[in-house]
Amino acid sequence: MGQSIWNSMQQKGYSRRDFLQFCAAAATVAGLGKSGVAQVVSAFEKKEKPAVVWMHFQECTCCSESFIRASHPIVLDVLLDVLSLNYTETLMAASGFQAEKSLSDTIEKNKGKYIVLVEGAVPTHDGGVYCMIGGKTAESILQTVSKDAAAIVAWGSCASNGCIQAAKPNPTGSTPIHKLVDKTVINVPGCPPIADVMMAVVTHLLVLGQIPALDSQGRPKEFYGRRVHDTCYRRPCYDAGLFVESFDDENARKGYCLYKVGCRGPVTYNACSVTKWNEGTSYPIQSGHGCIGCSEEGFWDNGPFYQHLASFPGFGVESTADTVGAVVGVATLAGVAAHAVVTNIRKRKVIAEVHTEDQKES
Amino acid sequence: MTRIVVDPITRIEGHLRIEAVVENGVITDAFSAGTMVRGIEKILIGRDPRDAWAFTERVCGVCTTVHALASVRAVENALGITIPPTAELIRSIMMTTQYVQDHVIHFYHLHALDWVDIVNALKADPKKAAELAQSFSKWDKNTPAYFTEVQDKVKAFAASGLGIFANGYWGHPAYKLPPEVNLIAVAHYLDALEWQKEICKIHAVFGGKNPHPNYLVGGVPCSINVNEVAAINSDRLNLVKRLIDQADEFLNQVYIPDLLTVAGFYKDWASHGGGLSNYLSYGEFPTKGYNQPDSFKYPRGVVLNRDLSHVYPVNATDSQEIKEYIAHSWYNYEKGDSEGIHPWAGETKIKYSGPKPPFVTLEGYEKYSFLKTPRWKDNPMEVGPLARLLVAYASGRTDVQELVKATLGQLKVPVTALFSTLGRTAARGLDAALAMIWLKEYYGQLMERVKINEVSTFNGEFWEPKTWPKEAEGVGLVEAPRGALAHWIKIKNGAIENYQLVVPTTWNGSPRDAKGQRSSFEQALIGTPVVKINEPVEILRTIHSFDPCLACAVHLYDPQGRHLHQVSFE
Repeated sequence: MGQSIWNSMQQKGYSRRDFLQFCAAAATVAGLGKSGVAQVVSAFEKKEKPAVVWMHFQECTCCSESFIRASHPIVLDVLLDVLSLNYTETLMAASGFQAEKSLSDTIEKNKGKYIVLVEGAVPTHDGGVYCMIGGKTAESILQTVSKDAAAIVAWGSCASNGCIQAAKPNPTGSTPIHKLVDKTVINVPGCPPIADVMMAVVTHLLVLGQIPALDSQGRPKEFYGRRVHDTCYRRPCYDAGLFVESFDDENARKGYCLYKVGCRGPVTYNACSVTKWNEGTSYPIQSGHGCIGCSEEGFWDNGPFYQHLASFPGFGVESTADTVGAVVGVATLAGVAAHAVVTNIRKRKVIAEVHTEDQKES
Repeated sequence: MTRIVVDPITRIEGHLRIEAVVENGVITDAFSAGTMVRGIEKILIGRDPRDAWAFTERVCGVCTTVHALASVRAVENALGITIPPTAELIRSIMMTTQYVQDHVIHFYHLHALDWVDIVNALKADPKKAAELAQSFSKWDKNTPAYFTEVQDKVKAFAASGLGIFANGYWGHPAYKLPPEVNLIAVAHYLDALEWQKEICKIHAVFGGKNPHPNYLVGGVPCSINVNEVAAINSDRLNLVKRLIDQADEFLNQVYIPDLLTVAGFYKDWASHGGGLSNYLSYGEFPTKGYNQPDSFKYPRGVVLNRDLSHVYPVNATDSQEIKEYIAHSWYNYEKGDSEGIHPWAGETKIKYSGPKPPFVTLEGYEKYSFLKTPRWKDNPMEVGPLARLLVAYASGRTDVQELVKATLGQLKVPVTALFSTLGRTAARGLDAALAMIWLKEYYGQLMERVKINEVSTFNGEFWEPKTWPKEAEGVGLVEAPRGALAHWIKIKNGAIENYQLVVPTTWNGSPRDAKGQRSSFEQALIGTPVVKINEPVEILRTIHSFDPCLACAVHLYDPQGRHLHQVSFE
């Protein structure tokens, strides 16, 4: 350890030009634009590779899988060289106590300097027995690793807001990380988050050496500041009242708006329609399915997915929605009313309610 | 006698703990424990059946898509929906893609480090490595310059602390590869990591994203229109073609040659890890639609006692065939814990009765896992690539027979070598090779249908809940990359009344049953040598040969919707 990223790239035979290209890509990913390149270069030349541990709790490993889909230049080197990834149950060579040793060594030798990436929620019911690793509960492991961490990132919706296991009735008392640790947690929701967004968050931490600007839900503003709907290439169809009425109908084959067959794009904050998935290959709407809102807290209980959202104030082009969104039932309206509230306030309220529920149950 | 504990078992999906008893350097007993539970089946109750694919897809992000497919099949089966042939082709393209991607990732990133000594690769002569690689592969990256570059990369990495490779069992006497082969494998480990993100773009084209692409009850969500930029058009189809060609090259010039080369140095592992003698496959890859399983490329059936002269039929709806036991699982049954129950009638009340954490061992606890124990006609079954190859072989599928015989011939090992840790790992490669052939075939068929404008991708006849019967039940069967997967659904008044999954790793990784019969993981470890108690790489070899997926394997469910998290410490 102790090498700068530039040093490590030189050793591997990369030219200065390669390095600058890498920095430019990193800067773009970090949302810095071209003007940020100088900053990136200087940061990468000076900074040592930070120690990183990646924890797995109640999850499905889709976040790890998404992370390795990252598409920017020399992505492999990000994994092998930009970070010193000392613990990740998915990829690490060591198992058993050798794996545990990698974790405890990292924590001890890098007090206050290591980064904790968490994939998965933590079950809190019944003493935490619903997720145990090496005979210890996920909750106790989380407390141990987060105590001296420089930064904590909650990957995906599980770690950020509980995701599927926290959907009603939340049988195991599944709880997001930010409710369990006494530190700022960077929430990167999504099921999974977009690979390039994950890489950007890591890059942001490394480049600027600080926690990125977060919204009230702890999400980086860079990627969670806009609704999928507002940046969707099918938005003009919505505005013009051109809708898919049924999957694979004539309108679907013309790529019209999916609002009526169920699309959570209007209430979902994520970068899907800008960054897209898998090196910009597509995103759900582009491939004909509505957004299911997987980066929003409680999205599993915000269904059914194929029921279309009603129009409501603050939604966008109200008049269009009123005239075209034909079958708006009373029940639907009531169900959707919550979304009319400004997101930040809504989220705070939801969090408060969940806390109260937790107390009742425990 | 020593009891060794490996927890966490890494390079798998999920949380698995193995406790093994070693006597005189050989494993004499083993216990496989799943130590995480989420309760997804319970969460599904009361929801719209058309949403179930999205929930169940989140059972696993490594085997993404497979639960979504099982779920839409279960709902379609319940509601009597037949999907259009073009939609079936797209699903098959996605599934064969998943096979290829999943198996390559497993070989290099989850399994290879059990056989490949990364540190030893530093001793290799890059020129010799290139000569060797060129002798069995036309992969144009296999040059001295390339292997030198990779070696330098690893050197620099080793100097900086080894990151994900730290604390591996490097230098262990069980590693047998020459330095040059180690170097080739390490180079391709890195290549595979870059390549895997490419093939996944096929899922993104048809499903919008990967992991977790979108599915749809009644077909697939994407529409085809070769005269429209915002649909699956000629450009998108061209992209898929290029990705398939790339994958074909990687599979045939990198993965398969590496697999056979590495296997050649570990022929002793053809006599370890055989485990059970029974194999189950649900069959996969329709040629005339999902409702005609006789037309599947992989047949459905069971082989018992390694007798390849007979294949038994499987009926997932027969209450006497598939049952789940909980005698050693952290659950209770109302009629007693020694009962076996068909998924339709299943009941589960979770009841953790293990030691209070933190704990050192599960020794002395009768119940030791969150996995239930499935049985077919009370027989423990192995599932996975080896099982489906054997069922296909025994069913007389000539394409499978020829491939298996040619591979055994190339490795100069007898047919019995298949029943082993090595056989399981080799079978996975053959499975990927077949999937690759079929992927190309399905793509060709899709293009033929596009040519004649047979592009319908959705049957909406029974989309609206008002068209559904008051009550319905269905089963969706899938041969996932890791083996036999089934979802059972009951629908009542338009909502899910009941949902149950029995997944590959539940078959393979479960605790023993009420009769004390071990499941695959435990049985396969018996007789395995362990040279160094503190570095049990042999345990990892056999366990990884099954490609465990624990998030899939653990579930809980309760048809009456009773309170589930009743836990007591005994």
